Amino acid sequence: MKTEYSQLRAMLAIARASFRSTTRSPSAVVFTLAFPLIFIFVFGFIGNKGGLRVHVAVDNNSDTLNAIYKILDNNPAVKLYADTDSEIVKALRKGDLDAIVHIQKKDSGYVVQLATSDISVQNGQLFKGIIKQIISELNLAAMPDIAMPFSMEDQPVVHGREYKTIDFILPGQLGFSLLSTGVFGTAFVFLNLRQTLVIKRFFATPIKRPYIVIGEALSRMVFGLIGAAFILSLGHFIFGFTMIHGFATFLTMMLLAAFGLIIFMGFGFVVSGLAKNESAVPPLANLITLPQFLLSGTFFSVTNFPDWLQPFCKILPLTFLNEAMRKVSFEGAGFIDIWKDLGALGIWGVIVYVLATKLFKWE
Amino acid sequence: MNTNKEIIKVQNLVKKYGDFTAVDGISFNVYEGEIFGLLGPNGAGKTTTLEIIETLREKSGGEVWVDGKSVDNDPNEIKKIIGVQLQAAGYYPSLNLTELLSLFSGLYNVEIDKMKTLKSVGLEDKVKAKYKELSGGQKQRFSIATTLINNPKIVFLDEPTTGLDPQARRNLWELIRGIRANGTTVVITTHYMDEAEQLCDRVGIMEAGKIMTMNTPDALIDELLATGFTKQKDVKGANLEDVFINLTGHEWRDE
Repeated sequence: MKTEYSQLRAMLAIARASFRSTTRSPSAVVFTLAFPLIFIFVFGFIGNKGGLRVHVAVDNNSDTLNAIYKILDNNPAVKLYADTDSEIVKALRKGDLDAIVHIQKKDSGYVVQLATSDISVQNGQLFKGIIKQIISELNLAAMPDIAMPFSMEDQPVVHGREYKTIDFILPGQLGFSLLSTGVFGTAFVFLNLRQTLVIKRFFATPIKRPYIVIGEALSRMVFGLIGAAFILSLGHFIFGFTMIHGFATFLTMMLLAAFGLIIFMGFGFVVSGLAKNESAVPPLANLITLPQFLLSGTFFSVTNFPDWLQPFCKILPLTFLNEAMRKVSFEGAGFIDIWKDLGALGIWGVIVYVLATKLFKWE
Repeated sequence: MNTNKEIIKVQNLVKKYGDFTAVDGISFNVYEGEIFGLLGPNGAGKTTTLEIIETLREKSGGEVWVDGKSVDNDPNEIKKIIGVQLQAAGYYPSLNLTELLSLFSGLYNVEIDKMKTLKSVGLEDKVKAKYKELSGGQKQRFSIATTLINNPKIVFLDEPTTGLDPQARRNLWELIRGIRANGTTVVITTHYMDEAEQLCDRVGIMEAGKIMTMNTPDALIDELLATGFTKQKDVKGANLEDVFINLTGHEWRDE
């Protein structure tokens, strides 16, 4: 009858109950899955549009039977709009259009008139280049006998690996999901347990205090990792997110996710220690998550930020996790290759957990 | 039922919060198999005393033994043989009762028949109900059910009937008598004297951190009468609560 009391069994009972409770909490599901998925969908579809495109209106009076028009019409990088009306100049001014083209017969050939705006300078220049090339090629074809002193020969294009928008966006969103789950989830859970006195009832049972924390943390961990697996699978199968070594890359990313989650949960413990009540959690948690959400290369590369801001961006824990995730998924890096990022995250972990243990409140 | 074996021994117990003395050197024993009531107004120190015996709170001075184990040396051994119903305790609100019982059977490392447990507190219809959907009386009954999971030697009930309607109160009394009938010692706090008179074998009356007197309810009443005390109004054979119960019945109400 008398068997040794198992702290492990008690801990797992808490983990299971806490996990059930979490899956029934709307805010946890929204932060872990809904938000990142919305962003992935939005950017996934942007990415699928396929590269650069110039939007050009063809003037009503333009000749459309000439060779230049045909070549333009066949160019995938150029989208021609035939329908011209009085709004067209306005559209050009607003930047909805990149150029208006007008092709006119003149003598034995054609003249191209091009209107561009200073709103979309790059696309205007790009289109100008395309036109110039078409004209020079047509001229060349028209006068094959003339010797050209200068010429260029195309070498075969070096094929880079296709880096899709989703390849950049997904690791960032995954990181964001882990950060939210870790910080918000942990902070709210422990504050709630304290306030609703659930934890006090636990204290009256033979489970030891650290096992209560481990049980709760384990449930957040499992929840966060299920979210991560879901985001990765959806990204891969629907939006063609690149996982260079397939399943091995998936596993590496999941391990990395677990590591990141542990660090982020530390921030959650700090918040729950600092917050006096429930309404104090969101401001504190946002203070930690929002800057990282914006500055850690979640949506665009850190190199886009002004020089004075970059050093700050580069030391944020989410930046290290995002960097590491991208290296693993796209470049096929292993844990040894990303040791610097892991080390930096580890240092954050030490700082955060020292703080958390100092601030942690049981009651 | 009362074997005169001391299952709880409290000696010169003191609890201070800063300058405030919540419990001021009290001593008492609880005997195996009895229902012992700790009575007193709010703030008298009942809950603090209970929570120290339950090993939930550190004491400032004195000694406490539960079933021969000191709260200083063996808190975890004590936790295994007691059941604790806290005055205010929460459970994961979105979990249903079966899931919560699974949680506590894990926490106590015991296998239980969940249906039987729920039946014992009259909640067999609420198997799939979430904790947050229960009424006040049902919550208290469920809370008591969780204290019985580990088949404890002692059950502590801290104001279990506060805020309940007369039906719920009377039925909780039945439940508590049933627990004692199974050989479990019950320590209960209340500030309802009728409840203590009905339920308790012995009571201690606390005020400002001290135990003013301690005896069986009968003996305490006799002591008072012996001083020449008389009630101003003649006691009738029934009171208003009897009228109320007579009109509205004994059944458990599911508010």
